[in-house]
Amino acid sequence: MVPERTVGMTQTLSLLPPQLMTTPPLLTMTGVSRRYGDVVALHDVSALVYPGEVLGIVGESGSGKSTLLRMMNLEDTPDTGDYRLALPDLAGNLFGLDRFARRMLCATRIGIVYQNPHQGLLMQHTSSGNVAERLLIAGERSFASLRARGRTALEASEFPLDRMDARPIELSGGMQQRVQLAKAIALEPALLLLDEPTTGLDVSVQALVLDTLKRLQRDGAITMVIVSHDLGVIRTMADRVMVMRRGRVVEQGLSDQIFQDPQHEYTQQLVHAKL
Amino acid sequence: MTPVLQVQNLCKHFEMHHLGQRLMAFEGISFDLHAGEFLLLRGPNGVGKSTLLRTLYRSYLPRAGHILYHTTEGRVDLARAADVDIALLRRREIGFVTQFLIARPRVAAEDIVAEPLRRAGVAAADALKEARRWLDEFGVKRDLWRAYPTTFSGGEQQKVNLARALILPQRLLLLDEPTASLDVGARAALVRRLGDLKAQGVAMIGVFHHPGDVADLIDREIELTTSEVCEDVAV
Repeated sequence: MVPERTVGMTQTLSLLPPQLMTTPPLLTMTGVSRRYGDVVALHDVSALVYPGEVLGIVGESGSGKSTLLRMMNLEDTPDTGDYRLALPDLAGNLFGLDRFARRMLCATRIGIVYQNPHQGLLMQHTSSGNVAERLLIAGERSFASLRARGRTALEASEFPLDRMDARPIELSGGMQQRVQLAKAIALEPALLLLDEPTTGLDVSVQALVLDTLKRLQRDGAITMVIVSHDLGVIRTMADRVMVMRRGRVVEQGLSDQIFQDPQHEYTQQLVHAKL
Repeated sequence: MTPVLQVQNLCKHFEMHHLGQRLMAFEGISFDLHAGEFLLLRGPNGVGKSTLLRTLYRSYLPRAGHILYHTTEGRVDLARAADVDIALLRRREIGFVTQFLIARPRVAAEDIVAEPLRRAGVAAADALKEARRWLDEFGVKRDLWRAYPTTFSGGEQQKVNLARALILPQRLLLLDEPTASLDVGARAALVRRLGDLKAQGVAMIGVFHHPGDVADLIDREIELTTSEVCEDVAV
């Protein structure tokens, strides 16, 4: 008899390891656990993300999805676990890197967009300055080149260039997210992390920001991990979906399968609760 | 000759946790499909024809059985293949055609149609040229090509959807009532395109409300019955 996929789920066939996909995953996270006092934030979480893929992570508040994303951005270290990115000159468990090496890695190879622009931006600096800061960390020193590369990144984020010297504090929420996105992609990162990037935006603005992300994905084949409690956002963006609850992964699968044929009781509740 | 697809004892049911119920969709489905063959799924409404197509595409997870698909790189059991392998096959060689378009805000009709070619590595200008040819073939008016299909009528959206779904020849094509609510011209274009693809060796499995639309293409039929047994009927 075929073994069950996971305890508590419908009895389905267990899946085989990849056979046709011969490219190794860009991101490999294995057995990540983290407690904060008595609270289990993450319990034995593993994830794979392949080059060019968009992985969506869904779950309610407190499910651990944002904590997991912070781990991917090396902002926190788990109690146990292993994290690797298949990039040149980068070997071993990234959780073992010192602070300086982490900072360089995050600045040059990983981009992140937070739900709250205050977290990702210096609100009193100019928008172009926010993008340039990222380039400065990576060693860019020529003013002309800083300006040109900042411009390119803002343009790719579909930010209106006549406002590139406006401060984020003067901008709308949708525009602030575009500045964050420009900063995140300025160095053409291998991995783009998105933490509730459209939560709190008007629906029409949300659609535009999602469309920008789709374009980036199509044109540049950027590998992305997107966290959201909004199933519509995940459905639009993700190739594969991971469902989290209470710090654990309860189910994962192809995006259309998760939404059309959810296996786990919790995923069924989640999908059926959507309007 | 090795078939493209060998379905063996395929079984699907849905576990509805909130009801504590198990809904049987089908079981014991077996058939082979060869290159260039067109298989029609028949049976009354609700018997599981679309469910079977979605299970073959892996939008639904099978409960048991095998879906052996023969690729140039070896045999893959779609019932158990890794999600990334399924995603890869969907990009390269397994297509699913429905009557519904998933339109996205701010993406022009011609870009939606060109997208599968772009993803397959075709240059932007060539993909666009080919996309326009197919929009024309399916009877979408020229002044709509650069417009956003979110605002189109149902019929026009469906034509865009068909052009997109059929622009890149696949090895296996799953057709879920693609002719429903199409006008005569578009239906003729669809049947022509399916005939060409069949001649090129594309294997097809289809559900049609009016099978008469594709009568000339059908090689074999499978009758699904509510008793969850299937019969293989030769035409």
